[in-house]
Amino acid sequence: MRTEPGVVPISIDVGHVLRRSAESLYSHLVTRPTGRAVRLAIEQQVAGSSRTALSLIDLSDVTVMDFSCADEIVAKLLMRFLEEDRPVDALFIFRGVRQSLHEPIQTVLERQELLAVAQGSDGCCSLMGTRTEEEEYAWTVLEGRGRIGAAEVFEVFPGSHHREALHELVLRRVAFASPGDDMYHALSALVGKESA
Amino acid sequence: MRVIDLPASLDHQTSDALFAEVMEVGGEKVLFDGRHLRFVGPNGMVGLLAAGSVAQDRSGEAPILELGAAGDVKSYLGRMGFFQAADGIFGAGTAFPRRPSGPSDVLLEITPITTNSDVHEVVDRVQKRAGAILSKTLGYPPTSVVQFSVILSEVCQNILEHADAPGWVAAQSYNWEKRLGRHVVIISVADLGRGFRGSLSDEHSARFGDRWGDVTALEAAFIHGLTRFPDSGRGQGIQQIRKQVRRWDGLISIRSGTARIADVPEWFDAPPLEEGLSDFPGTQINIVLPERVDDED
Repeated sequence: MRTEPGVVPISIDVGHVLRRSAESLYSHLVTRPTGRAVRLAIEQQVAGSSRTALSLIDLSDVTVMDFSCADEIVAKLLMRFLEEDRPVDALFIFRGVRQSLHEPIQTVLERQELLAVAQGSDGCCSLMGTRTEEEEYAWTVLEGRGRIGAAEVFEVFPGSHHREALHELVLRRVAFASPGDDMYHALSALVGKESA
Repeated sequence: MRVIDLPASLDHQTSDALFAEVMEVGGEKVLFDGRHLRFVGPNGMVGLLAAGSVAQDRSGEAPILELGAAGDVKSYLGRMGFFQAADGIFGAGTAFPRRPSGPSDVLLEITPITTNSDVHEVVDRVQKRAGAILSKTLGYPPTSVVQFSVILSEVCQNILEHADAPGWVAAQSYNWEKRLGRHVVIISVADLGRGFRGSLSDEHSARFGDRWGDVTALEAAFIHGLTRFPDSGRGQGIQQIRKQVRRWDGLISIRSGTARIADVPEWFDAPPLEEGLSDFPGTQINIVLPERVDDED
């Protein structure tokens, strides 16, 4: 797996975490205590990173996720790493998000006004959650290019509202601005193709 | 001994009368006379378990359930797991037939919900069984089994998180040829907990002042998604169940305390809100999902 310097990829198979962290052979992400146990296990893995963690949360093995689990495993997980006292800097891509998981995830993201990057089985990424038209546009342009240098930003986004949106995407952790290289990165570009 | 006659058909529309009679029980032992019983739906079954529990609490003795000699009702109750669930609720004098062995045609037998593991088991079970019923009998998309499982998970968690008391869930499909001209799947949940008013009271009663009661508590949870938890991620369960039931043009009603609130589809005749019902402990949830008709979207 290839990533940009300063970002450490962490692959987390939620199906595996579920089987390991819940007390029996549960196969579905239902009930709040189950969701909480899985979230805490994920947080523990991510918090062990020494640098910015690019957490690839793999939901491919998950068929059923109820709203309580979506709230714990998606919304509360994102909120924890948006807090000022977060254990480490972390970025998240939710992979293998099948159609049946869209609604619970979208619902909890909207409820908490959160934004997340989801990657389908074809490797294509999309935004889920609450965003403005400007954020959607800026994210789509960045996703198409993979990265945009700070010097290019005025050229790519002549309108200040789109530049502000790009900055907002970084704050909302669905885009990455490396402190050292004056570059905006799409999260998908931080992950090598071989891991998609 | 006090004798409570069960109607010929015990379902969500006839359970109110049963609850009202049980709440009049004093210290005397109760006999539930089910000799005329010809049909019991999932609501009737979990309602009968709740009524039996309340009768036992009020009289201090386990009530008796007497069923008729006709085998159909007994056999059906057996297949639905009623007698297993009723063990310990109904006492001496009640004949509990052995549970039939072999493959079951039941969507979800009466399942006690006391822990999170029970919810997982319910979801595992319906994942295996519900697909064919939902797609072939109701004409829902193949993926509907996931939404159906989520509905069951959320209604069962409602028991665990709000009732603080045991409860039961059951589901089965029926041919409502005469009533509706369509098949339906019915999900029934009942618990003997503190009800919506009791669950929400500490957090929300003050702002409602004198208006606080079963109706306002049900409206707060059912319409506005209020919950007793300060966490803003809570309270989505009922809202999302309602949304999915509406998509399937279904009926959902929640009875708690002296009131019942409902989302009523066009094909069913019932008021969206009823008050002044006989006070009964806990919460009873009824969901009816009808077969899809061709002109639906």
